Amino acid sequence: MFDSLSERLEGAFKTLKGESKLTELNIAQSVKEIRRALVAADVNYKIAKEFTDTVKDKALGQENVLNAVKPGQLMVKIVNDELVDLMGGTVTDIDIKGKPAVILIAGLQGSGKTTFSGKLAYHLKGNRRKSPLLVACDVYRPAAINQLSVIGEQINVPVYKEMDNQNPVEIALKGIAHAQAHGHDVVIVDTAGRLSIDEKMMEEISNVKEAIQPNETLFVVDAMTGQDAVNTAKSFNDRINYDGVVLTKLDGDTRGGAALSIKYTVGKPIKFVSMGEKMETLDVFHPDRMASRILGMGDIISFVEKA
Amino acid sequence: EKTKSNLFGKITKAVAGKSTVDDEVLDELESILISSDVGLDTTVKIIDRIEQRVRRDKYVTTKELNELLRDEIVQLLAEHNTVDLEDYTLPSAAKPCIILVVGVNGVGKTTTIGKLAHQYKSQGKKVVLGAGDTFRAAAVDQLKIWSERVGCDFYSKGMQADPAAVAFETVQYAIQHNCDVAIIDTAGRLHTKINLMNELSKIRRSVSKSLDGAPHEVLLVLDATTGQNAFEQAKHFTDATDVSALALTKLDGTAKGGVAIGISDQFKVPIKYIGVGEGITQLQIFNKRAFVESLFEGEL
Ligand SMILES: Nc1nc2c(ncn2[C@@H]2O[C@H](COP(=O)(O)OP(=O)(O)OP(=O)(O)O)[C@@H](O)[C@H]2O)c(=O)[nH]1
Ligand SMILES: Nc1nc2c(ncn2[C@@H]2O[C@H](COP(=O)(O)OP(=O)(O)OP(=O)(O)O)[C@@H](O)[C@H]2O)c(=O)[nH]1
Ligand SMILES: [Mg+2]
Ligand SMILES: [Mg+2]
Repeated sequence: MFDSLSERLEGAFKTLKGESKLTELNIAQSVKEIRRALVAADVNYKIAKEFTDTVKDKALGQENVLNAVKPGQLMVKIVNDELVDLMGGTVTDIDIKGKPAVILIAGLQGSGKTTFSGKLAYHLKGNRRKSPLLVACDVYRPAAINQLSVIGEQINVPVYKEMDNQNPVEIALKGIAHAQAHGHDVVIVDTAGRLSIDEKMMEEISNVKEAIQPNETLFVVDAMTGQDAVNTAKSFNDRINYDGVVLTKLDGDTRGGAALSIKYTVGKPIKFVSMGEKMETLDVFHPDRMASRILGMGDIISFVEKA
Repeated sequence: EKTKSNLFGKITKAVAGKSTVDDEVLDELESILISSDVGLDTTVKIIDRIEQRVRRDKYVTTKELNELLRDEIVQLLAEHNTVDLEDYTLPSAAKPCIILVVGVNGVGKTTTIGKLAHQYKSQGKKVVLGAGDTFRAAAVDQLKIWSERVGCDFYSKGMQADPAAVAFETVQYAIQHNCDVAIIDTAGRLHTKINLMNELSKIRRSVSKSLDGAPHEVLLVLDATTGQNAFEQAKHFTDATDVSALALTKLDGTAKGGVAIGISDQFKVPIKYIGVGEGITQLQIFNKRAFVESLFEGEL
């Protein structure tokens, strides 16, 4: 995919090379290629279209900018700025005020919730001098509670669990009470993976949310997600109105177009990115880096240099 | 259902009675396929085939078009090895038959192993599961619980053990205990991590050393929600382990898993199983036609 993506972009801007200004024709050609590149990066195809329409309008508005900048460079700048703009906005910190502050973690199966719960606890403990408690509310997946316990041991954060309780609402509430009694100032509630169309499970997570009134609800999503990212992000948001998004598995080579699709669709900030299986591989979200990644900025820059 | 008929309505209106496919139709088709993660290259390939067909058959009616679309995609899958299985036959007549399961993190490897073991066990076969994920927290426990659910044998050397050694010994266990099949779990790993991919090649070699001709199947598990990155996954796992079959999981969700069409095509690996839930019986044998039907169902 990498080669063809860079080729596409190169092709797109090649059409602008040697031309002294942006014209309706060369804009149209390059916009089409940019759209294809975005789709290849897993940006939702409808969003890619809307996005490139905006880019096109902006580019057309600059038709009269003469030789000052090369048209290729100008186009790159328009696309990149627009993308950063879309994904940026004001990046809000997570809310960890409260005694204790409660953070609810939700998402599809296998997206990285349990791992992220551990990473967040580790981050809050190490960098924010908090005393977190992890609460194990996944009562379904085989060994889910064990998994969280092992992670808790690794990072030296206690885990509240009830091996025989099948009711996540109860476990969450008792976990919070436990935190209060034991002086923990942040509670991180790990939940089972669920599909957005699984009515019973979606009802469960909204009940948990209703009961514990979290300061922060985070939606965890795999950065490799394709076109479905939009559906899932929207359905979860409709049900639990989450406060932020966590993108996981960004340590691979996925372009991560899902990030753009989600931001565009639900407008919620991406608060963290998870980049590995180890506990320290958590980072805050950088819109500019994400934009470069989706576009394959390395390619663009080298192209502009050649131009 | 509603969306489906609307879409087909649109496509059909644009194409019916014509001997060429116009841009409007192609755009519609493109959007259906792209939104199922089929990807640009495969989509173009499919569209080319439709165009050729329409040109050849000259006049396409409303009814014919629906069939034609499906046929062409089914055909594409068929050309490249994806033969629907009749039942859960073992991939080889060898005894024991060794299956190695690989894939990136969280796709559903361990769950698929549990479900597959259940199928073999239901046929009266003697099954052992090898706990080759010695890395991820509680991975061994998770597989052990699955072996208990299935009621089959389980071989582990605990967490942190060398996965190649676990693989080797699982095969030995299967030989000594007269098992029909051994299924070996591995830790999830991103295909970009060279060390981990080398480790996987080593696991494979270790299985071969333990038993000539093994592994008889290397099953790459892909998550249906994954987009175009699945191509990279297939490429690197194939390079490292000679993948021989695909399993596509989480098809019970809203994702269509269309990327598997292109992968099967490009790597000439059959899609064998699909996962449709977290339960022990929620594994199905891949059916080309049903899969293609599902691409055109539901919301876009
Ligand atoms: N490479 C990589 N692997 C990750 C990352 N985050 C999680 N994982 C791995 O992804 C797999 C799934 O992670 P989990 O934390 O178990 O996911 P989950 O969402 O809790 O899964 P369920 O509880 O089954 O829904 C595990 O193998 C993790 O080690 C990441 O940022 N990078
Ligand atoms: N809805 C649904 N969930 C599934 C399916 N297959 C697996 N899962 C769930 O996906 C999550 C991850 O499954 P695992 O089997 O642990 O995945 P894995 O590939 O072994 O994960 P790692 O070993 O951490 O890399 C679990 O919550 C499973 O229950 C499926 O077909 N449908
Ligand atoms: Mg979990
Ligand atoms: Mg596993």
